[in-house]
Amino acid sequence: QGKFTLLCNTKTNGSFLVHHFLSFYLKAGCKVCFVALLQSFSHYNIIAQKLGVSLTAAKERGQLVFLEGLKSCFGVLFGEEQPGGQTSPFQWISKDGSNLKTMYEFVRTSLMPSASDSWKCPVLLVDELSVLLSLGVRPVDVLDFVHYCRVAVCSQLKGNVVVLVHSSDDSEDEENELVVKSLCHQSNLILWAEGLATGFCKDVHGQLKIIQKGSPKLRAERNLLRIYQYKIQDKNVTFFARGMSAAVL
Amino acid sequence: MAALATGGATSSDGATSFQRKVPANSRLATIAGTRPSVRHGQLLLSSGLPSLDCVLGGGLAVGTLLLIGEDKYNIYSSLLFKYFLAEGIVCGHNLFVASAKEDPADILKELPAPILDDVHKKQLDEEESAVISKQDSRESMKIAWRYQNLPKMEVSPAVSARFGHYYDLSKTLSPELLQSRKWHRFFLPEELSLQSEIKTCNMTCGYTRLLQSIQRIICQEGFDGSYPQKKQKNILRIGIQSLGSVLWGDDICCTDNPEYIHSLTTFLYVLRGLLRMSLSACIITVPSHLIQNKAIMERVTNLSDTVVGLESFIGSERETNPLYKDYHGLIHVHQIPQLNSLICDVSGTKDLAFRLKRKLFSIERLHLPPDLSDTVSRSSKQDLAESTKLLSSGCGAMATGKKHLDF
Repeated sequence: QGKFTLLCNTKTNGSFLVHHFLSFYLKAGCKVCFVALLQSFSHYNIIAQKLGVSLTAAKERGQLVFLEGLKSCFGVLFGEEQPGGQTSPFQWISKDGSNLKTMYEFVRTSLMPSASDSWKCPVLLVDELSVLLSLGVRPVDVLDFVHYCRVAVCSQLKGNVVVLVHSSDDSEDEENELVVKSLCHQSNLILWAEGLATGFCKDVHGQLKIIQKGSPKLRAERNLLRIYQYKIQDKNVTFFARGMSAAVL
Repeated sequence: MAALATGGATSSDGATSFQRKVPANSRLATIAGTRPSVRHGQLLLSSGLPSLDCVLGGGLAVGTLLLIGEDKYNIYSSLLFKYFLAEGIVCGHNLFVASAKEDPADILKELPAPILDDVHKKQLDEEESAVISKQDSRESMKIAWRYQNLPKMEVSPAVSARFGHYYDLSKTLSPELLQSRKWHRFFLPEELSLQSEIKTCNMTCGYTRLLQSIQRIICQEGFDGSYPQKKQKNILRIGIQSLGSVLWGDDICCTDNPEYIHSLTTFLYVLRGLLRMSLSACIITVPSHLIQNKAIMERVTNLSDTVVGLESFIGSERETNPLYKDYHGLIHVHQIPQLNSLICDVSGTKDLAFRLKRKLFSIERLHLPPDLSDTVSRSSKQDLAESTKLLSSGCGAMATGKKHLDF
């Protein structure tokens, strides 16, 4: 409850973590607000079906609120004015002076428990926060957005926030590194998916570092660090200890 | 994304014995020049080069973007660009050609002509004989029987002759064929002279115009499914040349701290949205070697689906290097999209090189020739070690070190 999880991927595709969390929370009966900035709805739907969850059904019964970035941006830039003066969560892309506040408002209203809801804790999932930086949002605004969401979701609504970012050790993208370092500092749990240091391998797709921050109450508890290597399959991801891949044994 | 079920992929030319008979009253309309992917159920298009199709995992998926990082003198990347457009003409797809440098009509006049019929049939015969000989050799391994179960080594990736076409670079496409196909143009100097309302956005004027133009074509011609009564669907192939260069009004190639730092990335993001919701595929060539700020290239890679970089040997010291004497350059596949599945289709070969023979452009696995000389001088051995280190291997950084192992 009230946790902020950071998913990080370096030089490899860590979106399998997003799919896992999405299906995990939906199966657990939580209300999920998914801000999908990078891919279309049908992409997530097809993969979720392989993992055993139907996103369309979840949307219909109100468990899932799906904000599709690609469609909304398109609507803002090419569509007509919305009736009733409603601002789209992506109003900021047209650079008319608004910032990510509209997106935060959208998240807050969608996760606010209504009278008829019987879902458990609310969850906010963001796919690829790094895309916001590419679209011209300042790093400060991105961090503000995450902070506001954490306050609303983690503290007030006792829910969880899961965010995916892209990072790299030798990256030249300073703004991105700034955001990632700041988020690493704030998060309770970091799942870092990276490629193998020795290069490409068919059987081991990468390495997952799990860093669990010790709670502030027990000072003696250090951060827990676990490293697993993984191989992604069609419907599943298998994890194993380092060097213990099935191909080697 | 538009995932269509097809009754059977048919190519627009030549009847072969492998063609599945589609019943006359079949409801499912098949689009010429496409085939469904086994991996992820998306429709695949050929990029014009069968060997590139193989590297990309069967072809370019509909709704995705292929970004090509240009080589230094823009020779080979413009070839790939032309192959893509020529494939569209031959398969009967609609084209949208955008350029800030050349008039699109001139680009289309220079497209290579396809090699059809006779050679097509010969290739099929070769394929058949290759399969038969494989079966024969499987039984005949008496001495090297340990190697019987290992897969056969292939120099060039396996090609399927029906889906992609081979092109003859010495001939150009016939003007009659060009006229019979529908294509749209966007030539930046013409468009800028026209007056039109532009929504204030993060992009330069040229990009905004281009996006509006693409969106208008997609909407009007019904590529986004807005005319369901139209039985025959078609694909729109979009080709944009040298995006990000100075001619588009963008300054990311000029300075380290450009003013329009978000222009290209915003354009790519909105284009991604447009592509995902329509039956189209796009090829963009970007002068990545000119972009000073490397962060932009990282973001661009992130926002594109398939990213391929070309590195030609012209003018570099590798041109005279005996290791690379058969090849004209290297191809780096930086990214392959992960569509509709957890796995992404990465081929095992990471070291790919291309060569341009008289008529044919082919992509092959890079083979270093064996070091057969008796008296190997120190300098050439050092060269070898350096070159092998330079062959990149996908994810993760290679361990660097100056010493080479002496056996």
